[in-house]
Amino acid sequence: MTGVIDRARELDEEYGIFNALAESDDSMGGGRLEGVAVSVKDNVCVMGMETRAGSRVLEGYRPPFDATVVKKCRGEGALILGKTTQDEFGFGTFNVNTPFKVPVNPHDRERSAGGSSGGAACLTSVADFPHLALAESTGGSISCPASFCGVVGLTPTYGRTSRWGLVDYANSLDKIGVMGKTVADAALLLSVISGPDEYDSTVSQAPPEDFTGYLGNGVEGLRVGVPREYFGEGVDPGVSEAVWGAVKGLEALGATVKELSLPHTGVSLASYYIIAMAEASTNLAKFSGLRYGLHLPLEGAFDEYFSRVRARGFSEEAKRRIILGTFTRMAGYRDAYYMKALRVRTRVIEDFKRAFAEVDILAAPTMPVVAPRFDEISAMEPIQHYMMDVLTVAPNLAGIPMISTPCGRVDGMPVGLHLMADHMEEGKLIRATHALEVSA
Amino acid sequence: MSDHWTIDRGLVERIAKVARLELTEDEIEKFTKQLKVILEAFRELDDVDTEGVEPSFHPQELSNVLREDEATPWSWDPLENTEHREGRYFKGPRIQ
Repeated sequence: MTGVIDRARELDEEYGIFNALAESDDSMGGGRLEGVAVSVKDNVCVMGMETRAGSRVLEGYRPPFDATVVKKCRGEGALILGKTTQDEFGFGTFNVNTPFKVPVNPHDRERSAGGSSGGAACLTSVADFPHLALAESTGGSISCPASFCGVVGLTPTYGRTSRWGLVDYANSLDKIGVMGKTVADAALLLSVISGPDEYDSTVSQAPPEDFTGYLGNGVEGLRVGVPREYFGEGVDPGVSEAVWGAVKGLEALGATVKELSLPHTGVSLASYYIIAMAEASTNLAKFSGLRYGLHLPLEGAFDEYFSRVRARGFSEEAKRRIILGTFTRMAGYRDAYYMKALRVRTRVIEDFKRAFAEVDILAAPTMPVVAPRFDEISAMEPIQHYMMDVLTVAPNLAGIPMISTPCGRVDGMPVGLHLMADHMEEGKLIRATHALEVSA
Repeated sequence: MSDHWTIDRGLVERIAKVARLELTEDEIEKFTKQLKVILEAFRELDDVDTEGVEPSFHPQELSNVLREDEATPWSWDPLENTEHREGRYFKGPRIQ
């Protein structure tokens, strides 16, 4: 598959997809992924391949091991193609928060590919060879770029896949997931990477499932809920219309549809950002220029050295999140911010539990808008960036599985339909999106 | 969040010190402004009644995964990615 690597290099030059690329084909073949190139988001460790998670602070780091999900793909015969571009540590919605390459949207180069798994989504869209992507979501980093680039992005239940070998962002939120051009592609890769792992103490003990078994099962009798709050102010009317079109499509295929309410949708944003930043600020404490990554000459006392390495290694958004995350955990502020956010998270989870007592899946727009232009993005304040995640953070806080699949276009740009299901119910998402895909 | 705290340069400098992060004058000024805006927006959590609600540190209950306490071989060298080593040790900056 050496031709694939050459082709990937060309695509990289055109779209800004890779932070590192395989030098040769060392795939073993012979499994479910024989002849398939698997790209890996930069924050997932690949043995011997520079792994920076989009950050200068990890410059030069070559992991001496494969992440569990990578190891599983190799075991199924895949070629591990390279490390795809992302926002630094996953801190972003448009993949512009990185000192390295910024991927462009394959449908319009003036627009964002989405973040934080932007390179993964962009490559999934433009690859003209058999390819599947390993991506990762903390608050919507699979769904958002999948929506903006018009591909399928599947974020599994928290704990469905091992996080061993992932450069952590927020441990109670991070999920390694998949992208593909089709639902069948996504179902195949999830089947390969899910399941228990002795190296991850938070992984579910549910045995691995063959998710391709849900393909073709149809949606007869499937109960679809449409949460009103996901079609509110700030959601582009064209996006709402496209998503409703897909919901009507599910109804025509035999599903039942009802509107319902998830009252804590709006406040999920603040809850999410406080928790994510608090966890991120503790995770980033380990980057100190000693054991791996960016090193500087050992000058000054240890506090001075660490502070200097970190100032040099982190870019602006990472610094902002460290400051905010440290603040919300500090004595005196912790109860009002961090603990309060965790209590609101309980409310968000209860919203979903109540909904899933009545329906099988929830349908909503993935993002409130289509991919914005880079000039629009650079005019936005940080709080406006965060607000773009208002539709994806709640399911991520609850750790439920979600899938984004293309459902039409607005201004020539893809719109994403977001389906969500209860914990461990990925099968229902695959059934529904596959039914829509084959009926289109 | 009934109390109102003053978000000022002093606070940002204090946080940066705790977080071992050297900030430039420009960054301190910029982050002070942004912190005010962002924390003000986060205060909408005040509107949610969470009386008697337990905090969710995790999205769902998962049980711990334990294995037998037996040594297994580990094939890689923890020192291979550092530039600061002396013999079989990491070399760090001086303590003071």
